[in-house]
Amino acid sequence: MKLKGAEILIKMIKDQGVDTIFGYPGGAVIDIYDALDHTTDLRHILVRHEQGAVHAADAYSRAKGTVGVALVTSGPGATNTVTGIASAYMDSIPIVVFTGQVPTALIGNDAFQEVDIVGITRPCTKHNYLVKDITKLARTIKEAFHIAKSGRPGPVLVDLPKDIMAATVEFEDPGDIDLKSYKPTYNPNMKQITKVVELIKSAKRPVIFSGGGVVLSKASEELTKLARMTNSPVTASLMGLGTFPGSDPLWLGMLGMHGTYRANMSISHCDLMIAVGVRFDDRVTGRKDKFASEAKIVQIDIDPTSIHKNVEATCPIVGDCKNTLEILNSMLESENPSDISGNPQERQTWLDQISQWRATSPQRYDQTTTVIKPQYVIDRLHKLTDKNTIITTEVGQNQMWTAQYYHFERPNHFITSGGLGVMGFGLPAAIGAKAACPDKLVVCVAGDGSIQMNSQELMTAIEANLPVKIVILNNRYLGMVRQWQELFYDKRYSFTNMEMSPDFVKLAEAYGATGMRTDKVDQVEAVLKKGLACEGTVIMEFIVDREECVYPMVPAGGAISEMILV
Amino acid sequence: MSSQKYILSILVDNEPGVLSRIAGLFSGRGYNIESLSVAQTAENSALSRITMVTIGDDHIIEQITKQLHKLINVITVNDLTEKQYVHRELMLIKVNAKPEQRAEILRIVDIFRCRVVDVGHEHYIIEVSGDEGKLEALIDLLRPVGIIETARTGLIALTREKRIKIK
Repeated sequence: MKLKGAEILIKMIKDQGVDTIFGYPGGAVIDIYDALDHTTDLRHILVRHEQGAVHAADAYSRAKGTVGVALVTSGPGATNTVTGIASAYMDSIPIVVFTGQVPTALIGNDAFQEVDIVGITRPCTKHNYLVKDITKLARTIKEAFHIAKSGRPGPVLVDLPKDIMAATVEFEDPGDIDLKSYKPTYNPNMKQITKVVELIKSAKRPVIFSGGGVVLSKASEELTKLARMTNSPVTASLMGLGTFPGSDPLWLGMLGMHGTYRANMSISHCDLMIAVGVRFDDRVTGRKDKFASEAKIVQIDIDPTSIHKNVEATCPIVGDCKNTLEILNSMLESENPSDISGNPQERQTWLDQISQWRATSPQRYDQTTTVIKPQYVIDRLHKLTDKNTIITTEVGQNQMWTAQYYHFERPNHFITSGGLGVMGFGLPAAIGAKAACPDKLVVCVAGDGSIQMNSQELMTAIEANLPVKIVILNNRYLGMVRQWQELFYDKRYSFTNMEMSPDFVKLAEAYGATGMRTDKVDQVEAVLKKGLACEGTVIMEFIVDREECVYPMVPAGGAISEMILV
Repeated sequence: MSSQKYILSILVDNEPGVLSRIAGLFSGRGYNIESLSVAQTAENSALSRITMVTIGDDHIIEQITKQLHKLINVITVNDLTEKQYVHRELMLIKVNAKPEQRAEILRIVDIFRCRVVDVGHEHYIIEVSGDEGKLEALIDLLRPVGIIETARTGLIALTREKRIKIK
């Protein structure tokens, strides 16, 4: 069967079970778009900026648990994807980004819209390719998907010169992918797991610390089982929220800079930490020598470089989180149940201590004023939606308040740019999540600053009929930076005062969406109810307390047990 | 932990961009490259061997090794430092060689078992191979006659006990 390069690309994408891609046409990919014109079973969503395409693909991947795909043109189209790719890289999200490239004969000549995107993205992709030979096209695409989704997932970029897309070749199926130099370790070392069983049996004050790796390996059930079986409280990183039910009595809340007091104190005083799918980011550990300094640390991760990178593990295990937890759980099941859940008296003392920390410093805000507290909006949003709601966020205070006050019950329902912290992520991510899960309610929590970074994607949501609900917490500041300026820079609010912002209601209307606004506390619930219920894309703008801070807070570089409380 | 020199022997796909991936990994993560030599292997033209000398403590070397392994085009990473290995470096050194200096230079060349590979009216080019100490000693002895320029390959090394296996 003779196929054009562009047709091979589309065929290979469809073969991966991808039903939706996000993209933006241009000169170098015109052959691909020509082929898409007569493709029926692959949906293409036209974004309004290439960065939006990558964030949408990222969220599509997370909401659906598969690989997300973005397609853009050469030059500026390609460079516009870099932020999205870097974000997916930091969060280990499997996406494949296809970029157009000038014809092979022109590469290196500074041709129109030429850029060395493979060179640019080398440090922020798991791997990348420039396809210079059409006979290797199908295999390269299949390899790209294989690398993106296996092991520790991540973004892969494939650069496609125009002449390769236009050329025709006899199509040959590349068969199975077997890379001699790439064999992720899925199965853990059994000896190490035996050690973990012993550590659990001798632990007096255990804590489980869950991260994004648990979401990626779909290991939430196993993690929850481990916690309940061993009667161990659970905390999570930002990326791990939802891997353990937020309503469970063993739930401690998030860990780290804006974690709960009880989570941070529990980690600081535990004698055993079972860390699953985490990389011990500085926002989690704070001052490293004070982090879990009394604990033996078990670390389970598929990526060997995550082990001993930031924190020394007593018992490191390289393996898939789900596989490893399954084996660990089955070994624990063959033990006497009372041996693995700790001495009842000792364990009760530990859990009582945690309750006491919770009582001393609960996560709280004070909604007695006439001004809307941003936390109150998130609190109400949580009450008015169910556990099947997908929440995306922008970055900054809006993101932290969502993490603190929206108690996630399930994995893959909180989608945020965790590692890179990309403002402008939330709206395109909501569109991507809605494309993946059209039956679910998708809400983007935004700040007035970050929503303006990719607000053009409102048009995408309307045009593609992917209705998303946008909650803007408008404090007319770049709130998180302002908070740091207040606390650490003597309130010099250098360029964070954003008193000038567009009329968000009119902005919504300009795109054909619905806009609502309130600055009244007693209207918050009514606006949310109305906005969430109405069809189509909605902006709900809440004029909130300008100088509210995210608390508790650990100053950068401080020990996580030394928090600034409310 | 104290810093020391490590010698890594890295087998990689012989493809464009691979060296850039490795160099980028080192610069991006703040690791040092002390010397580097790359060439296609004789046993398999699809592979290249990179011999790299790097400096760091145990912790950094562990990360470097793991991070290198993580690159898709890296096939094996072998830390030779603790192993039995043979290592050599080749240097070409161009020195002033006026008629009255030539006898002395040739005596040094003889003692070091190196050789003169090019002769001009006023210079010699000397080829020398050996370990770093030998090369440094030669440079030291030739400095009085006037070194014009030098070129060094960087260290190359192979383990003694067996060939590094290629999967």
